[in-house]
Amino acid sequence: MTAENRPAFAGLEVGHVVAEREATFTRDTLVRYAGASGDFNPIHYSDAFAESVGLPGVIAHGMLTLGTAASVVEEWAGPGNVVDLQTRFARPIPVPAMGEAAVVYTARIGALDAEARTARIDVLVEFEGQKILAKAQAVVACA
Amino acid sequence: MPVNTDAVGRAYGPHEPYEVTRVKIREFADAVDAYSFAHRSEEAAQAEGFDDVVAPTTFAVVIAQQAEFHVVVDPEVGVDFSRVVHADERFTHHRPIVAGDLISATVHIDDIKQRAGISTVTTRTELSDQDGAPVATVMSTLAVREEA
Repeated sequence: MTAENRPAFAGLEVGHVVAEREATFTRDTLVRYAGASGDFNPIHYSDAFAESVGLPGVIAHGMLTLGTAASVVEEWAGPGNVVDLQTRFARPIPVPAMGEAAVVYTARIGALDAEARTARIDVLVEFEGQKILAKAQAVVACA
Repeated sequence: MPVNTDAVGRAYGPHEPYEVTRVKIREFADAVDAYSFAHRSEEAAQAEGFDDVVAPTTFAVVIAQQAEFHVVVDPEVGVDFSRVVHADERFTHHRPIVAGDLISATVHIDDIKQRAGISTVTTRTELSDQDGAPVATVMSTLAVREEA
């Protein structure tokens, strides 16, 4: 770990929003993530396949949704400073063949640990008003 | 076919180490919209105290999912990959991953649960570097929907 780029612990307050973003997922986003991550499950690019296994159509990779959540936190925390990240994938995000899915991220301070000098960031991820990730939490090392 | 709860405790790997490259880090950072220059430029990364270009938080999944695939394709575990959805994920970083790392992965099956209509398989992938030092622990739970 490096200390050079960590956010200051002093002054942080539980409940404060540290970062927000609206991300736009299209089929292009999914194909790029498939290539970058190596996750080529066809439920993320083929409607016919997705429907054959009982899904309504192509859905976003859960790890794309979580990876973007991490990027939102990192924008505040600095790269390399998220020491723990967890979630439960509560709902899939359907991504249409044409058009896009708008996903809203809000990262808030959920808890502070003065001894460890860490902040727990709780990330609310919403699509069409519904919560997509459950208990999405990032622990950030602070200075 | 249901999953086999007797597979708990199995371990796979380490296989050939994964070489972390600047190009792959940049590609992954682009895919998850991680904007920092420290994912793209050696100078920017060094200015923030890293030896080389640093990976985004969830980059470890690139290495972990390759390792987890050994579990999915093991016929004695019995996962039908076409009926898998991702249920849970957790990353614990012991240090940031940077370009030039050679990462070895060993995946352990920590838990398998069978419930009505759905089974879950929980794996723990331990990533370590070329010196054998721990880099990250990736916990992943897959849910397998049984055929109706």
